Amino acid sequence: MLELKGVTSRYGPVTALQDVDLVAGEGRVTSVLGANGAGKTTLLRTISGLHRPESGKVTFDGQDITRMSADRMTRTGLAHVPEGRGVITELTVHENLRLGLLGRSRHREPLSVSDVVDLFPILGDRSHALAHTLSGGERQMLVIARALLATPRMLLLDEPSLGLAPRISAQIFGVIRQLVEEHGLSVLLVEQNARSALSIADVGIVLGLGKVIACDDAEVLSADENLRHAYLGY
Amino acid sequence: MRRIVSSPMLRRGLAAIALLIVSVFLIDMLSDYRQSQVSSVAYLAIAAGGLSVLIGLNGQLSLGHGAFMAIGAYTVAKMLQDGKEAPMLVLLVAAVIVTALVGAIVAVAAARLQGPYVAGATLALAVAVPALAVHFRDALGGEPGLRVSSPDVPTSIDDALFFLTGTETGTSQWLATVSVACLVVTFLLLRNLSQSRVGRQWRAVRDDPVAAQLAGINLGRSRIVCFIVSAACAGLAGGLMAMVTRVAAPSGFTLILSLTLLMAVVLGGLGTLTGALIGAALLTLLPTYVTNAGSSLGLSDLQSAELAPLVLGLTTIAVVLLAPAGLVGSIAPALRRLRTPSTDTSVTTTITRGEQS
Amino acid sequence: MQLINTLLGGFSVGMIYAAFALALVLIWQSTRIVNFAQAPMAMITTFIALKVIESGASYWIGFTVALVAGLVLGALVERLVIRYVDHDNHINPVILTLGLFIVLHALAAIVFGSSFRSFPAAFDLTGIKVGGETLALTPFSIFTILVVVAVMAALRLLFMKTDLGLTMRATAFNREVASVLGVKVNRALTLGWALAALVGSLSGLLIAGGGLVHPAYMDGVVVYGFVAAVLGGLDSPAGAVVGGLVMGIVLALVSGYLGSGLVPLAALIVLVVVLLVRPGGLFSTTKERTV
Repeated sequence: MLELKGVTSRYGPVTALQDVDLVAGEGRVTSVLGANGAGKTTLLRTISGLHRPESGKVTFDGQDITRMSADRMTRTGLAHVPEGRGVITELTVHENLRLGLLGRSRHREPLSVSDVVDLFPILGDRSHALAHTLSGGERQMLVIARALLATPRMLLLDEPSLGLAPRISAQIFGVIRQLVEEHGLSVLLVEQNARSALSIADVGIVLGLGKVIACDDAEVLSADENLRHAYLGY
Repeated sequence: MRRIVSSPMLRRGLAAIALLIVSVFLIDMLSDYRQSQVSSVAYLAIAAGGLSVLIGLNGQLSLGHGAFMAIGAYTVAKMLQDGKEAPMLVLLVAAVIVTALVGAIVAVAAARLQGPYVAGATLALAVAVPALAVHFRDALGGEPGLRVSSPDVPTSIDDALFFLTGTETGTSQWLATVSVACLVVTFLLLRNLSQSRVGRQWRAVRDDPVAAQLAGINLGRSRIVCFIVSAACAGLAGGLMAMVTRVAAPSGFTLILSLTLLMAVVLGGLGTLTGALIGAALLTLLPTYVTNAGSSLGLSDLQSAELAPLVLGLTTIAVVLLAPAGLVGSIAPALRRLRTPSTDTSVTTTITRGEQS
Repeated sequence: MQLINTLLGGFSVGMIYAAFALALVLIWQSTRIVNFAQAPMAMITTFIALKVIESGASYWIGFTVALVAGLVLGALVERLVIRYVDHDNHINPVILTLGLFIVLHALAAIVFGSSFRSFPAAFDLTGIKVGGETLALTPFSIFTILVVVAVMAALRLLFMKTDLGLTMRATAFNREVASVLGVKVNRALTLGWALAALVGSLSGLLIAGGGLVHPAYMDGVVVYGFVAAVLGGLDSPAGAVVGGLVMGIVLALVSGYLGSGLVPLAALIVLVVVLLVRPGGLFSTTKERTV
């Protein structure tokens, strides 16, 4: 569904991604793992049009999206979910959700705010609070809910467990898995927390210093002890 | 002996004296009109140099240096009111001291404020000071301002200059010589100051206030001192300007003066004294050329007079957008790169940015 | 009686400062730039109105043309200049708006001349009489108050109730997040500058009404408007309005009892005192410079 071929991205003289090939399939969770500085965030920013790759090609559902601008990307059904800091803290929870509706793609049944509030009931209670009053977990729920309102076909999730208590991140990973299984959503997940990310993933990809080190079924990666020790840190 | 000669401060001092003597001869060869242009370049360069140090080395912005020039000018004018007389050195020192005192008050406030607030406060200063001159009509002469009698050439100096050049020294020649002398002395002091411990502290405060504070630098004091030095330069410039133009009037110190001074410094390249000198030359010479061009295009005199700020503003916009280091700042590294290839200074900054992935 | 009249005059001028401060706040929120060029932009559009009126059209046509011109000028400035400035350096944007300041000043002097010209007012400028006393409340100042209130209400409606307003606020607060949510960020920024310039033009027209215009007639207003915006915290539209009213009244008192030549100095003193006592302004959450 989403395919990268030979993608190289730079920040000035620093190569953040080097010749990356990657496929994220439909209806599956693909987890990209790696340490800090491995190029994970750059990968998502390159896909979603926030950062222009130097070379290579990104296609989504057969459509070349390599040079598409970020704002058009959501309308093709690809929703970038920045990590929890991506809530607009000066707006209320409800306004953040309304923003999600504005960039709606035409690819799925439209969702309403109350549909996503069913997934994360706490957002309903806090509807008129300014987003800066939310906890880390609530913020993460808000950015995911907001992305869902854009009715994407694929979610690009950036470190959804960052800074969250294990119980909260487990809840969020549970919802992600549920969305994939019940609604046929595809997910490309970028995580440092390799154990949790692999536990809900179908496919795992390990990035190291901007290169793809390994790519296999999630169970195979979890079983590879050498890889776990060297790159995944558990 | 050799050690003393190799000390950079002394070397610069000797170079300055040599420069002064050469300029005495050069000024002597110029017409009255050219001599007054030399004076104008010199006093504008003094103000621009102070402003350039403030912005370029200390990272503080002032939109109000025209106001400090006004304070220097009015100090000189007041001291020469009603036929009073005073030696030129006393007048100029007084201009510097009074302006430095006012500068100190502004500096204490500015040091506690952030970027846009300092800009706004100094903008208010630039508007407020000329208005005060209008308000206190009796003391400061109101709209027409105060007349400044032109200083006589001291006999002893006239004799000395006669000995050097073999000609009588006229008023405009004398003022040009004094202005250039002030310029040389000011730049020498600014240069030595910026290379001293104090100057290194200014740069540290500009580059990374947190690190500077951790290194034991008193941020407030560092900013205040730099601001006072900068204001004092503007005061000296204003004092000279009053003598050269023979008047201290609100119309000479409009907001536009403050802003064009800033433009000149930006065009020359922030933080460099060469840039300040180039900027001052631009401010002095550009109007004549552009105004002539305007007249030949069929514009009226009043319209042509506005062409200089127009060109200056447009050039500044272009430079900020295309070459943010200023003309000198952009050309000098380019020349250096031609001579010595490679070495990219932007590496360190981009590495830190690239690390967020 | 003099006090009441001074306060009344201060209130209506304060509404104009409030509008100008609001224009500064709108731009500060979306681009973190204090648009000092707002003053000459408003001056240019007022001159355009004057030209239109002098050519025989009615005041209202001139008024409307000036507001539309403000909208266009704001959009052009953002699209052609501001978009390309490097925001990493906090000095460059300021220099840029000052460069615009000088350019617009010079252009106005070349095109419209630098002499003082009188500008008409839409309504009577003689004070309303109440019980034999003439108040400093004129039909024109009532119009001023009403039109500023109406514009502020319209802006509030736009920003708080419409999708367009929501996208503009989102862009102002977090450009990158707005763009991944499908907001056309550049379009929102252009529109923000256009709207701010419209409000700035309105204040220019109202200041000019019944008075004199020349290329520098808004230079003081940019100072008062800036101080008003800072009083309100620079980040708060409501604060800007309150700040504008406070400035209008304080400056009217200074002008009435001490002399108009002291007004800019009074503005400077208010600015410095407020910033030293409450560094973030009266309504802001911005913190003092600690380093």
